[in-house]
Amino acid sequence: MARRITFMKAINEGLDMAMEKDERVILLGEDIAGGAKVDHLAKQNEDAWGGVFGVTKGLMPKYGRERVIDTPISEMGYMGASVGAAATGLRPVPELMFNDFIGFCLDTILAQGSKMRYMFGGKAKIPMTIRTCHGAGASAAAQHSGSYYGILASIPGIKVVVPSNPYDAKGLLIAAIEDDNVVVFSEDKTLYGLKDEVPEEYYKVEIGKAKIKREGTDLTIVTIGKMLYVALEVAERLAKDGIEAEVIDLITVAPWDQETVINSVKKTGRLIIIDEANPHNNTATDIASVVGDQAFDYLDGPIKKVCAPNTPVPFATNLEQLYLPNADRVIETAAELIDDLKK
Amino acid sequence: MEKLSKERAEWIYKKMNDIRNFEDEVHQIFSTGSIPGFVHLYAGEEAIATGVCAHLTDKDYITSTHRGHGHCIAKGCDLDKMMAEIYGKETGLCKGKGGSMHIADIDKGMLGANGMVGGGFPIAIGAALRNKYLKTDDVAVCFFGDGAANEGTFHESINMASIWKLPVVFVNENNSYGETTPQKYASGSKRIADRASAYGIPGETIDGKDLMAVYEAAGKAIDRARKGEGPTLIECITYRNYGHFEGDEQKYKAKEGQEKDLADRDSIPEFREYAVAEKLLSAEKADQIEQTSVEDIEHAIKFAEESPIPKPESLYENVFVD
Repeated sequence: MARRITFMKAINEGLDMAMEKDERVILLGEDIAGGAKVDHLAKQNEDAWGGVFGVTKGLMPKYGRERVIDTPISEMGYMGASVGAAATGLRPVPELMFNDFIGFCLDTILAQGSKMRYMFGGKAKIPMTIRTCHGAGASAAAQHSGSYYGILASIPGIKVVVPSNPYDAKGLLIAAIEDDNVVVFSEDKTLYGLKDEVPEEYYKVEIGKAKIKREGTDLTIVTIGKMLYVALEVAERLAKDGIEAEVIDLITVAPWDQETVINSVKKTGRLIIIDEANPHNNTATDIASVVGDQAFDYLDGPIKKVCAPNTPVPFATNLEQLYLPNADRVIETAAELIDDLKK
Repeated sequence: MEKLSKERAEWIYKKMNDIRNFEDEVHQIFSTGSIPGFVHLYAGEEAIATGVCAHLTDKDYITSTHRGHGHCIAKGCDLDKMMAEIYGKETGLCKGKGGSMHIADIDKGMLGANGMVGGGFPIAIGAALRNKYLKTDDVAVCFFGDGAANEGTFHESINMASIWKLPVVFVNENNSYGETTPQKYASGSKRIADRASAYGIPGETIDGKDLMAVYEAAGKAIDRARKGEGPTLIECITYRNYGHFEGDEQKYKAKEGQEKDLADRDSIPEFREYAVAEKLLSAEKADQIEQTSVEDIEHAIKFAEESPIPKPESLYENVFVD
């Protein structure tokens, strides 16, 4: 059996291999090594944290502080510097500690990095991978738990990927770093401990290609990130009633894989999209709109979205659990479509 | 720093004239409606872009501002293609997709005019970080206005440049107004250069209308950056001949006093007089440069006017690297 490592280790390994392969790859972020200029750590070539969750642990000792750069707490400064470094030939991988901090540095992504190539008539190339994390479920409250990949996905000129498992995380991260565009790589912080089989070699997972994780004929469920596990549980439960759900892990939020989703809906005639982002103008809404437009004649019922409510993420554990989409809510939603199926 | 050579003095005089003629013509043409959108003219501030860029090569990077035409010209961007860009033509430096506020030419080290006030700071330190990481002796220069000095990017970027000793020079063009708002109203520190000490870097305020003052201060700062000694902040006191953008009635400008004195000064004849007196430039050569510059700008206008508009399909091109 192949080796099993955590989601966090898979990301660390992806970074490590990308850095080993290409010297132009540098990492920047707050405490991604930690303890800069602390003498006793320097003597032992040790990092203090390796990132707030430890994702980048060990990379500074291996590659040095010239390539694993602890920044001051200056998101717009180092994110904008990454744009400048990318425009001039490096391949920076800045880490935005939590995607909730995007407000501090959005200009550098929205108005600078994503638009340079277009504004400059095709002369610029911005090969930059922004690592960040999203997701509720860690009792981190409203300013450290949001899911904002959909906001970034609405900006032309950037790609956004959301891996659901260690295998995809490593391969997608390598693909993102090799990509000549701005790619946002959004990690669900509650998945960091998840273990699965991950090859030791350097490999890529294609950006823009969704994966069918379970085949079915009665209902399509499209998921983003860890919502995959909600859908797989739902599919198991529905199977006991003889309903076969097809589960699609979207993987890439921008540009999302319209072909795979639409082909599945043409087969099943029913669609539920599970997206942890707040419900208005999110990725699920976009998918519903496109499927409604492109596959209307194949639909046997309304397209359903199961999302977080239109509230900030609450702190209390019971409220936070209520906030997150779960299998019961999806089953209730599916029941509306399935009643129709039984008629 | 190298003493100003004859060859460099000629180069400077040509660039100063090119900028002035370019901007005066754009001012004129804009009023006829042939140029779409907004333009922010650099006329009056020529000594800064030329005095700084006289020390740079194509391998050095600059970031620019809303008021970017002067920086583009001084950094060596093609006049014909610049004018075509401002007209929104296919032959423009950015194929007509950037316009006045986004003219860029990365091959010349020109990382773009910028529609975001203060947007250039972090990009400049990123380019400087690249220069340092690749162990080159190339530098980055960040031009910014007095308005941009109050953006958060100023603080974050200068602080980071200081702690990492990046090869970057921050050149402030203090033309007294951020749009209509006086610098003396908008800044808690009287002099923008005074803030340098808060970041542990050298800072000085100079006469931005005096080409030689800019040339010398920039030369010293750029040398320092090339030697790996870190960033410098230079505040150049200057004045824009026109409004914030074309169409600005400029009601806020003072009609007398120190401001009027500053407005009345013209660094181009001032430099000519200096260079002729120092035998860096003969009067004949200066006349010839003035004439050539007029012809070059006329050529650029003709090129722009005769160029085709962008093809419709180009709307969709260059969003991504394929």
